Amino acid sequence: MINDRYYRRRYVISGIAIGVVLVYVIRLFFLQIIDQSTKDQADNNALVKQIIYPSRGLMYDRNGELLVFNQPIYEVTMVMREMKSGWDTAAFCKCLQISRAEFDERIADIKDRRKNRGYSRWTPQVFMSQLKKEDIATLQEELFLFPGVQIQKRTLRDYTYNAAAHVLGSVGEVNQSDLDRDAYYTRGDYSGRDGLERTYEKQLRGEKGVEVLMRDVRGRIQGSYQDGELDRTAVAGTDLYLTLDIQLQLLAEELLSGKIGSAVAIEPKTGEILALASNPAWNPKVLVGKERSKNYNTLLKDPTKPLMNRATQAMYPPGSTFKTIQSLVCLEQGAITPNTLYPCSGPGSTPIKCTHHHGSPVALDRAIEQSCNPYFWCAFRDLLQKDGYGKDNADFRHRYELWREAVMSFGLGQKFTDTDLNEQSGGSIPSTKLFDKFYGKTGWKAITIRSLSIGQGEILVTPLQLANQAAAIANEGYYISPHLNKNDSMRIHRHNLSIKKQHFEVVKEGMHRVMVYGTGRHYAVDTLHMAGKTGTVQNPHGRDHAIFIGFAPVEDPQIAVAVVVENAGFGATWACPIASMMIEQYLTGQVKRKDLRKRIGESVLNAGVKKW
Amino acid sequence: MRASRSGNIWQYVDWPTIGMFLGLVFFGWLNIYGASYTFDQTSIVDFSNRAGKQFAWIMGSLGMGIVLLLIDYKTYDVLTYIAYGLMLLLLLATPFLAHDIKGSMSWISLGPVSLQPAEFAKCIVALAVAKYMGQYDYKLRTWRDLIVPFALIGVPALIIMILQKETGSALVFAAFLLVFYRQGMSGYVLWCGVAAVALFILSIRFGAVPLPLGTGSVGVLCCMLLLIGIAIYFICKEHPIRWQMLILAGSVVLIYGIGLLVNIWWTVSFDWLSIGIVVLLSLYAAVVGLYFRRYPLLWVAVFSLFCVGYTQACDFVFTRVLQPHQRIRIEVLLGMKEDPAGAGYNVNQARIAIGSGRFLGKGYLNGTQTKLQFVPEQDTDFIFCTVGEEWGFVGSLGVLILYLFFILRLVEIAERQRNISTQIYAYAVASIFLFHLTINVGMVLGVLPVIGIPLPFFSYGGSSLWGFTMLLFVLLRLDAARMEQLR
Repeated sequence: MINDRYYRRRYVISGIAIGVVLVYVIRLFFLQIIDQSTKDQADNNALVKQIIYPSRGLMYDRNGELLVFNQPIYEVTMVMREMKSGWDTAAFCKCLQISRAEFDERIADIKDRRKNRGYSRWTPQVFMSQLKKEDIATLQEELFLFPGVQIQKRTLRDYTYNAAAHVLGSVGEVNQSDLDRDAYYTRGDYSGRDGLERTYEKQLRGEKGVEVLMRDVRGRIQGSYQDGELDRTAVAGTDLYLTLDIQLQLLAEELLSGKIGSAVAIEPKTGEILALASNPAWNPKVLVGKERSKNYNTLLKDPTKPLMNRATQAMYPPGSTFKTIQSLVCLEQGAITPNTLYPCSGPGSTPIKCTHHHGSPVALDRAIEQSCNPYFWCAFRDLLQKDGYGKDNADFRHRYELWREAVMSFGLGQKFTDTDLNEQSGGSIPSTKLFDKFYGKTGWKAITIRSLSIGQGEILVTPLQLANQAAAIANEGYYISPHLNKNDSMRIHRHNLSIKKQHFEVVKEGMHRVMVYGTGRHYAVDTLHMAGKTGTVQNPHGRDHAIFIGFAPVEDPQIAVAVVVENAGFGATWACPIASMMIEQYLTGQVKRKDLRKRIGESVLNAGVKKW
Repeated sequence: MRASRSGNIWQYVDWPTIGMFLGLVFFGWLNIYGASYTFDQTSIVDFSNRAGKQFAWIMGSLGMGIVLLLIDYKTYDVLTYIAYGLMLLLLLATPFLAHDIKGSMSWISLGPVSLQPAEFAKCIVALAVAKYMGQYDYKLRTWRDLIVPFALIGVPALIIMILQKETGSALVFAAFLLVFYRQGMSGYVLWCGVAAVALFILSIRFGAVPLPLGTGSVGVLCCMLLLIGIAIYFICKEHPIRWQMLILAGSVVLIYGIGLLVNIWWTVSFDWLSIGIVVLLSLYAAVVGLYFRRYPLLWVAVFSLFCVGYTQACDFVFTRVLQPHQRIRIEVLLGMKEDPAGAGYNVNQARIAIGSGRFLGKGYLNGTQTKLQFVPEQDTDFIFCTVGEEWGFVGSLGVLILYLFFILRLVEIAERQRNISTQIYAYAVASIFLFHLTINVGMVLGVLPVIGIPLPFFSYGGSSLWGFTMLLFVLLRLDAARMEQLR
């Protein structure tokens, strides 16, 4: 335009346009290049990670019998938005056998955002969970009548036998500490809470799979993201083969019923636990599914403490069964020879009475056979006083320390650390320090600790340790840490005793004589060549505990057993027959002594013990 | 000579603009397909979905463009006022023919399609303004010369805003300020506009912030501090009016003291008290200034009175005139309210969509935010989100730059006109496009409040596409005839 005095204003207008675009480019740069948060926000919006749960590994016994498997359970879910008119609530309630009031309550719970934070009308919401197949059978058939309702399958643990509850353990929902410790878990996941389920959790659980799906703004699934490139398939858990012999386990539990006690059987050569029974126990099926927490609380409150695995956690003085170890240590440390004789004046002996009537004096094999208390007191005394007491009691205390080390080499006074048993107690073999504290360094002599000579006093052992001790004697000098996984890798945990092989012969002979002439003679089976030792443990709280350890056959031991029956009286009367029948079962595959089996199995020594 | 020129319309038509137009329309169409894409969709020209429908609209718009280019350019001039009159009638009739769509009364249904007359009004208003201002005897000298152009714009704008309840479409007419500016309107008007917006934001944003002692809004407080500052200045200078100034400063303190004392027994509204103080003191300062001929004092008084008045007016407009949904949009934008589920939802989801595109974007049809419908209005007003998410920074930058070149090209076309009327029309077209781009992209990027106006050629919708096509191709037709104008 000619003489246009506002000509320059075109640049102002162009400048405004350039300015606006520049500002927006800067804003875009900030949003798209600098701000990193939006990528995650977009993914949170659109992507749903659908977890695919792997099936948990199964458990078999040593003969390949299925013990633990997975049962399908069902969840009824519904999409609220699809529940249109014509939806017959009454018929639906009838299918699931619930009342109208229950139905309304559940619906109200689903819609309550305080209880159900992820509520959406467009996505499936859990209406009822942990239903059995028979619970949903009717609904399954008439599902087409109820639009929006779906039946989802999940799995729960199931068990072939009502046995070995303590050993197998249970599966339950993860808690906060699991979530903090292991990033694998998310809230609501299940993991092994105790027993083998817990020890072998990583092996059994497998690997969760994931499917990355896209959802729209209403939460409806719109297909897989990036054609499933990020998906992972689930890897099923690895099955577990146990060392247990389920028939033996069943027998042990049958024989223990009505009593409080435990029985442990070990294959000496391998350290494999053949049976690990603790009574009272529970049916493993009750700690599964929706009844779990209710039943768990009942078990927790039971005064007989069924949740405690007595086979590995209860501690008792070993009583006379300890005389086997005492003999070996005294032989090894030169206090006695197999031919050493000590006199016994029967029930009139001092300071420790003999409880049996037998000839006097006796040698070691017969002392074991007759469980002669004075013999072992004398041997123990001579061992500790071998070097005299010395200055400040030092020589005596040194001897005691050597004795203690030898005893502990049997696996006593400590937990088995190289094994797969989670719940264990260590027991106790008193240290010099303990006595120093009580009596002062010079204040205790052999006579002070005389109870130790016959397995009473401050010694505490677990039934598992007793069985292991029997196995160590059967092996003549070593044991392999008792374990439950029938996997060769466990066999390497060999522990040698500080006892030379030659000393075992006489002790084994003594134990064999127990079953032929001694306290165990009533329950021996001649053909099986059993060796054993009974124990009757004084108990300040009630009747004596009956204890028995043994193994068979003597010449080539296949099984070592320990049995403890609380408050039962004589070890020979209650613990010995149980162990004997377990040995018979394992070695011959059956128990021929049907009457004995019936009598022991049906005797109720503690009326408080419940059968689950 | 004349015959050959009109026969050669294709020779004079501005092809770069047509090229950019086609580019924008095509890219827009791709993004509508992306935004409305669902998983079971297979074809981009399926008429049951929006991309397919938009394809039909695009075909229509191309046909319309060709027709508009073939019409003799003089026809537009002849028909302008008649068209303007008919347009006013149509706009007036629209609310009665329309049915309510989300509170808006601007859509007329014609069988299967709906049209929005307001979109076509832009072109006709621009033509009318251009024709009036391009008259031989018209000169823009004083503000009186703008009365008629303002009326030409204001009447349809008010109809659209009040009767049709389409505030966004009406606001577009503000773009004409740039046209008037180019034709000689004082630059101060633009500056005042900018200043008014800034003050509005300030008084809304900080008006609600509680200040110590309840001194009222920030504006009032500033005025009071200004007055006290001036007073102290004069006191320190030992001026003859020192006593008057002492009274000025002292009375502020005194009145506040009394107010605080009274407040022990009765609640005093300090808001009104401060406004009263500022008004009275301003008047007092003005009188003192006049009497002692200290004129700066007078100007200070006038300024503070104006400020108090304006902030009160802003407050009034904000709380009484604006609709609740408009108010909350502004509050969200200014960060006064967090409302990610409600009014802030669109903006927040748009931000996530664009931001998550990163540098190169998620790839065409791979945008999760838009494809899964997290962004509402994603194929209409929020279409730029799809660009940002699927094409990333690179794509967004490309689109913005293409628009910039497009608008600069329109300015270029405007400047080469010999006919002042065509120049005004061209500036109107450029300004309208610039306004739409600014408001729409600014809204999507979260720097402007949510005002529902489309992004030209991108947003889904036949009316807006055809309206913009009409606007542009009338210009191209007039431009092609520029050689026929004698200087």
